Parts: sequence; structure tokens; C-alpha cells
Amino acid sequence: MTHRSVEVPVIARVEGEGALHIRVEDHTITDLRLEIYEPPRFFEAFLRGRHFSEVPDIVPRICGICPVAYQMSAVHGLERLFGVQVPEGTHELRRLLYCGEWIESHVLHVFLLAAPDFLALPNAIEMAKTHPELVKTALEIKRVGNDLMAVIGGREIHPVSPRVGGFSKAPRRKDLEALLPRLEWALEQMPGIGDFAASLPSPALPRPAELVSMVNEDEYPLNVGGMGSTGGRRFDATTYEEVTREVHVEHSNALHSVMADTGTPYFTGPLARVNLNAQLLTPVARAVAERTGLRVSESDPFFSMAARLAETTLAIEESIRLIRDYVAPDPSAVEVTPRAGRASWTTEAPRGTLYHRYDVAGDGTILEAKIVPPTSQNLRHMEEDLRIFLPDVLDRPDEELTRLCEMVVRNYDPCISCATHFLRLDIERA
Amino acid sequence: MSPDAKPRVAVFKMASCDGCQLQLLDAEEALLELAGAIDIVNFAEASSHMEPGPYDVTLVEGSVSTPEQEEQIREIRRGSKVLIIIGACATSGGIQALRNATGKHEEFVRAVYPTPEYVASLEHSHPIADYVDVDLELTGCPIDRGELLGAISSLLRGAMPRISTSPVCVECKRRGYVCVVVAKGEPCLGPVTRTGCGALCPGWGRGCYGCFGPAQSSNNADALGRRFVDLGLTTKGTADRFRFITGWAPAFREAADELEEEAAT
Repeated sequence: MTHRSVEVPVIARVEGEGALHIRVEDHTITDLRLEIYEPPRFFEAFLRGRHFSEVPDIVPRICGICPVAYQMSAVHGLERLFGVQVPEGTHELRRLLYCGEWIESHVLHVFLLAAPDFLALPNAIEMAKTHPELVKTALEIKRVGNDLMAVIGGREIHPVSPRVGGFSKAPRRKDLEALLPRLEWALEQMPGIGDFAASLPSPALPRPAELVSMVNEDEYPLNVGGMGSTGGRRFDATTYEEVTREVHVEHSNALHSVMADTGTPYFTGPLARVNLNAQLLTPVARAVAERTGLRVSESDPFFSMAARLAETTLAIEESIRLIRDYVAPDPSAVEVTPRAGRASWTTEAPRGTLYHRYDVAGDGTILEAKIVPPTSQNLRHMEEDLRIFLPDVLDRPDEELTRLCEMVVRNYDPCISCATHFLRLDIERA
Repeated sequence: MSPDAKPRVAVFKMASCDGCQLQLLDAEEALLELAGAIDIVNFAEASSHMEPGPYDVTLVEGSVSTPEQEEQIREIRRGSKVLIIIGACATSGGIQALRNATGKHEEFVRAVYPTPEYVASLEHSHPIADYVDVDLELTGCPIDRGELLGAISSLLRGAMPRISTSPVCVECKRRGYVCVVVAKGEPCLGPVTRTGCGALCPGWGRGCYGCFGPAQSSNNADALGRRFVDLGLTTKGTADRFRFITGWAPAFREAADELEEEAAT
């Protein structure tokens, strides 16, 4: 009997800290653990007792890469509970801010984190030597996303303007318009970037999967929509905790999500969104999807990069449209009167659906909070991918095997800081 | 280091959101330029090529929050000539230090994790200086990219960087912003918070919430707290203003403790 262990003590080029342990006996995987050792930070615990108005400043601290996602799931949920009518133009401005985050996060992932894998390079700095123009172009596109966030939010990491009821201040039209030439330039680059992605040699992982994302009939879902799955499920934020269930496993400071009825894992993120909302792709995004060979009904996680590029394109097209049509909300925010009840909402973070639930007292104090980030929902699916993928590549040398395993994990653009903070908050009070 | 060798730089993280090291990745072109002047030899978020120490300059984000991290930070210190700690978590324990004042850590873990024995977590979230000497602290949630790049360039020239310690209020006046306390009656921590953000929040029509931590002269926190109560905040609500992103920094912690004592009597 032959034994082989593969240890990846620090998974590089992901956000946050995780490790992978695999044990193989006679060509059979006997142990496989995606270990999440990022320490818990107890966000749901210390949200309790805070005033609702502080939530948009607290929750972005869960993740420096997708702070807007956290702010958006929170403000929408609380506004719905409180019956707030936000000023006209608020929805569009929030969508624009979120587009900035999608651009910045997707480009960061594709070029700084994922693409070096496909070229067998250790990082983007090395890739900048082999593909200087491409990396420069990518960084400039990413910068437009960052700048869009900064113009609307004050800064791109932990923006300060979003609040329950609107924005503390709305950006001036001319400051947004100043970004148009760079956005238009970025849009012109996307088809060529799609061709580059299509030219990369990629492993394949064909597998059946249930893909889950928000669905919306009018616009590609970012802030608003119900929930859908490729398995035919339709639900929404108010039933999220009935349809899905979380499991605590020993090797992980992150809980794993499964479907409550079948106990099976599911998969959220760009590929799911493209699958469930293909008819809403904008024209250039559709063209980029075609050039990368992305087909609707594709469930191979290795097509996630293609989906990310299609969505980057969509976010650029939407940004251009939203800036052209921009009318500053006036006032920038409305006063909010809290009421007791449950606030539940989902939005689409760059890496997948982000669910928030707050139980609020009549004076606006948060009594209980629950946050289910996309990465925790994908963890079980990632482990399953590895079990499916590994048998065919087990005879590869350690270094290559490590790289391949990391690629399987990286398909999900995991955000381990996000996935780790969270806890079940069904507290039993004495 | 020999004069012609590039400084070896490492970036590590402890308990945090990754936002501060993202400021380095977000430096984009500056990062590629820096790559010509320094060797980033260990930066897990950016590269799968990781070299062991010693390092000339080490940047650490995050707070010390688990038993393993207590060991890890000592090891990092031993292997680093210059240790720069970046961000609110590293310098003051971060927002996760909100658990520190509750005295309920064990209860949190036991009550909220389905299987508490799977979780290894310290009772407190600690600033790094609780364990080791640090050479430079850059505060902020997140740190300011300009301050970070400025600090790295200073070090490359062989000089210890100088970081402003004046309050947001000074920066706000210098920029000619309308005071949000006076104009909107909104509580603002600007008088006691270190600038570094460029008076960001008042510039965006809202009060400062202290993410750069206490300014050097923040001993008037009590008086500011009383002002917040005059503006209509409850004593508990006022204490919460201090007990926030950098709430475990001594000046803010003391102000919050006093207010909570007051609220309890």
C-alpha cells in the first residue's frame, strides 16, 4: 500500500488564511480537509446591542475586498424593515457603487490572483514581466473600479457615505462624468482580454452542480432580486434560512452551507449568476462570454474566470449607462424611524450571494444578527470539487499537484476573512 | 543588507479583513515600481512564492487573536529588522476587540458556535505591541495608501518615516470643510482622532467615527463625550462612539469606560 500526503500549509493568492490537507492511500483519497484557520472575529456577537445606524460602518470590516456588498445587504434589509422610501436615484447610485466593487474585485482576482496559475507563474509581478501590456491594462481597469468607489463612497476600502436611508452625500455629476473616458476605454479592452482568457490552457472539471444566485427580471441582479437555482428552486431572503442550512465541521472556523432538504452542497458566484440571468447580460458582456466559450448551463467551476470577465464587462457597461443617466439624489438621504422586526436581505457580492438578517428592537437596537457570506456557502462544494478532480491528477509531481489543487479552490475566489467571522447566533439565554 | 542588495520585504496577516494589505495591492503601478526597488519575498495574498526570513522590513496586518498567533508574532519579530504594523487591528486590536470589554468571550464561543471545542480563540483581541516591540505603527481602518507608500520610500532612503499625529479637526479646518457638529448637530470624533484620512468623513457630510485611532492630544475625550450627550445621544450611545473600530486604544477605552460607569449609576 502506498501513502502520499499533500499539504498546502498556506493557500496563496486567496483573501484570508486557509490550508489544504489531502491523504491518499492506494490511489484513493482517504482524507481531504480544506482547513480554515483564519481566526473568528465574532461580528454577529458584537453587533448585538449596537444601534442600526452603526451597522453600515461595522459590517464592511468583515472584508476589505467586498465592503460594499456588506453595506448593501445591511442597508437594504434595514430599510425594508423600517419602511423607508429612499430618495429617487438612490437605487441607481448604489448599483453604480456596487459596479465599482465588481470591477475592482473581479479584475483583482482574474489578474493578480488567478491568471498566474494558468501560466504557471508565482504571482502577477512575474506575469508583468511576461505579459507587460496585459497586466498594465488590467491594473488600469481595476483602478477605474477603485476610483468609481472612491468618488461615490469617499474611499474604496470601507466607504463612508452609504447609510440606512441613502448616502451621507451624493457625488457631483461632473466627478462621475470625469470617469467616463476611462470606463469607455476599459470597455474597449474587454473583448481582447476575453480572447486572452480563452487562450489560457485550463483544466476541466465537468460535474453536476446546483448553482444558486439572485434572479431578477429587469436588471442583472446586484442589490435587488429573489433567489433561484439551476435545480429549479425559487425562494427569497425571507426563507433563506429554511432553504439552506449550515454545518459546523471540526477543521474549519467557517461553517459549511448545504441545501436543507437534500443535504447537498451548492455553488454561488459569477458562474451561477450568468447561468440564471443570461438573458440580462449587456451586449459587450454577451460578446465577451461568447469569446471565452462560456455557455449558458455551464457548471464546470473552471469557467468561473470567463464568467468573471463577462461580469466585469457588464459592470463597466452598466457604470457608463448609470453615469450618463445620473441625477444626484436630493436629499442624499432621508431620516429613518426604526421599528421592531426582522430585516432579511441578499445582495450579490463579487464572489456570490451574501445573506444578512437582523432582528431589531423598536428603538433601533440590533438584538441578533446573522450573516452568511458566499465563501462559506461554497466551501462544501470546493471540497467536493477536489474529490472529483484529484483522482485524475494524483500521479502529478507535488508542486504541480499543489498548483492544481489551489486552482480548484481559487475558482471560487474564496474570501476566507468573510467566511470565518461568522457564527450561529441562536443564543440560548439563561 | 549589502548596499546593492534590494531590501527583503514580507507581508503577514493576523486577525483582520485584509483591507490594509489590499492597500498595497491597490497601489498597482506604484507596486510594480516598488517591485524594482524591493524584493517582496513573502506575501501570501499576492504570491505563491514564499521565502523564509530573515526580512529587512516586515509589514503585519491584524490583531493577535489566537494562541498560535501569539507564537507567530514573536517569530516574525525575531526574523525582522524593521517591523511595521499596519491598520486598526494591528495597532489597537481592531473592531474584533469589541469583545474585550464585554468579558463574555467564553460565553460568546460556547453559546454561538455549535461545537465550541473546534474553536481556538483568545479571550481578547490584542494589538501587536502587547507582545513585541514595533518600529512603526500606521493606524487607520484601512491605513492610508499614501502614508504606507511614503513610509516604505522613507525606509528605502534610510530614514524612519514621520507620521502626523494631529487630529482630524485640524485637517478639516485646513480644508475649509463645514463642521458637521456645528452645522448638523452630528457627533464627530474629529477633535480626538488622528488624521491620516484627510478628514474624509466630515468631507462626506458625516461625523468622524475614529477609524485612525486617538490623536496624540486626545485627552479631551471626556469633554467631547459630554458634548455628544448635549447633542441628544444617550450615555450608552456616546460610549459606543468611542467603543468602536479603535475602541481598545487606551484613550478611547478610558473614555468609554467612564461613560459606561456613568450610565450604570
